[in-house]
Amino acid sequence: MSIATPDRFGAQSAASLTERLTGARRDVRGRIVEWILLSALGLSLLILVALVVNLVDRAWPVLDGRLGDFLSSGLDASNAAEAGVWQAIRGTLTLAIIVAIVAFPLGIACAIYLEEYAGQSRIARLIRINVRNLAGVPSIVYGILGLTIFVKFAGGLTGGRTVIAGGLTLATLVLPVVIITASEALRAVPQSIREGALGVGATKWEAVRSHVLPSAAPGILTGTVLALSRAAGEAAPLLLVGGITGLLRTGNQSIWQQITEGGFTSMPVAIFSYARQTGADFQAVTGAASLILLVLVIIINGLAIWLRNRFESRW
Amino acid sequence: MPELASALTPLRSSENSRKVNMTEAAETDQVPVFRTRGLAVYYGDFRAVRDVNLDVRGQEITAFIGPSGCGKSTVLRCFDRMNDLIPSARVEGSVEYHGINLYDKAVDAVEVRRRVGMVFQKPNPFPKSIYDNLAFGPRLNGIKKKNELDEIVESSLKRAALWDEVKDRLKASAMGLSGGQQQRLCIARCIAVEPDVILMDEPCSALDPIATARIEDLMQEIKRDFTIIIVTHNMQQAARVSDRTAFFTTEVNNESDRRTGVLVEFDLTQKMFSRPSDERTEAYVTGRFG
Repeated sequence: MSIATPDRFGAQSAASLTERLTGARRDVRGRIVEWILLSALGLSLLILVALVVNLVDRAWPVLDGRLGDFLSSGLDASNAAEAGVWQAIRGTLTLAIIVAIVAFPLGIACAIYLEEYAGQSRIARLIRINVRNLAGVPSIVYGILGLTIFVKFAGGLTGGRTVIAGGLTLATLVLPVVIITASEALRAVPQSIREGALGVGATKWEAVRSHVLPSAAPGILTGTVLALSRAAGEAAPLLLVGGITGLLRTGNQSIWQQITEGGFTSMPVAIFSYARQTGADFQAVTGAASLILLVLVIIINGLAIWLRNRFESRW
Repeated sequence: MPELASALTPLRSSENSRKVNMTEAAETDQVPVFRTRGLAVYYGDFRAVRDVNLDVRGQEITAFIGPSGCGKSTVLRCFDRMNDLIPSARVEGSVEYHGINLYDKAVDAVEVRRRVGMVFQKPNPFPKSIYDNLAFGPRLNGIKKKNELDEIVESSLKRAALWDEVKDRLKASAMGLSGGQQQRLCIARCIAVEPDVILMDEPCSALDPIATARIEDLMQEIKRDFTIIIVTHNMQQAARVSDRTAFFTTEVNNESDRRTGVLVEFDLTQKMFSRPSDERTEAYVTGRFG
């Protein structure tokens, strides 16, 4: 096997052709880039792992010593041995339910209007841009808004500094995020699905209800549940609308009274509350509370993934 | 005919029947299924097609041919008001359906689309079961009973020559069908609502020759029951399946350098392909241009 004449790339013989084809020149730049990307990933993972390890290490006295007691004790920032998170867990779950009830239907309705009905008018575009900007507004600003509107202005309806006011504030906070993610899910539905439905004589609403929404449902659900986990992790706005930080006594109030009249706290607020205290005891309490919040958020995100898979497999 | 007018124009029906001037249409059977006069379609400032005058007759297959960008799909999409979905689209001139101007303000596009079905270039089954794809249209029309729906699903699939291939898996997802099967499913979905007209926008351009041949056979089968208008890039296909052919082409405006589609010639297919009267048609069908 030999090459009679040099080929266009200058290979003189079968041997030199072999040499050229088997990689005298390596893609050095490509490899460097690959390594940089890999180390970026490694660094990020390392930080996350360090975070969790540090939390567990810090929280160990509580996790090992009195986990059950910790989960069932109330908020108490004066005595680390008595401090617990059950009010905070309950508060966070109540807030999440209020956010889900208020922000999801409202946000999805806004998204359906903006994507399917509003068209391309100048006002519609202006609104779309502003919704995006709203999603970037710092959460403390929503706290001020919540204080003004839900605590003071509508205090008669919410009961003032209650979990309802807190939930409505968080709902306002995540509303832009819900609108954006739902809009994106709706936009991802191919136009051909709408045309197919309209083509057999469906009205716009029939097409949206029967085909566009079901197709967009997995994306909408994922986005909204992730918005929920953001709401579950917010402390700043709740501190402004009355999240209790020091000591929360619920006494013998009924659940309904606690919701409509009583003070409330939540996991991030409790963490803030414990982190302000000095001493190794409170460090452990803070760490344990943080871990529990982490687990709560992971459960919520897991729920999002489960819901998405469930709805997708329905087709 | 007056019933058709009032069905298409559910609002202010008494006023409309005057407005759309039904009397001429009702008195003669010579009214074509579609008649366009001076039809022009704009996308924003851009005029996509102009001066389209043609009459589409019932129980025939009419083919629209021409090079890309000549406006044939745009014209087709006027016949079921699909252009309404494009916010910038604007229609001038008239498109009459059995003598009723489809672009009259009182005409309800949804009612138009129940009578004028459409099959799209890319098969677009709903991501649901085969059965639900077929039953969607009839359900919109208020058919709820399961045995009635079953019957419609079966007969539509049979008419679309798909029944034997899918009868054992009606509950399976339509997305699992091959491209050709999906397109026949879309035709069956159209048939299921018993339309008057079926518009086909390059229905075979995404299909292989065997699937294409099946669709063409199917068109011959169903043309007794439906008026069919097909847009195609494939001249042989137009020659094979259609009774009449409209040839569109593009004209370049020297000032703005923009292209506008125009209807060049519209005649019996046989004549269009053997002795067309316009030399541009001849150049196109003999493959010298386009």
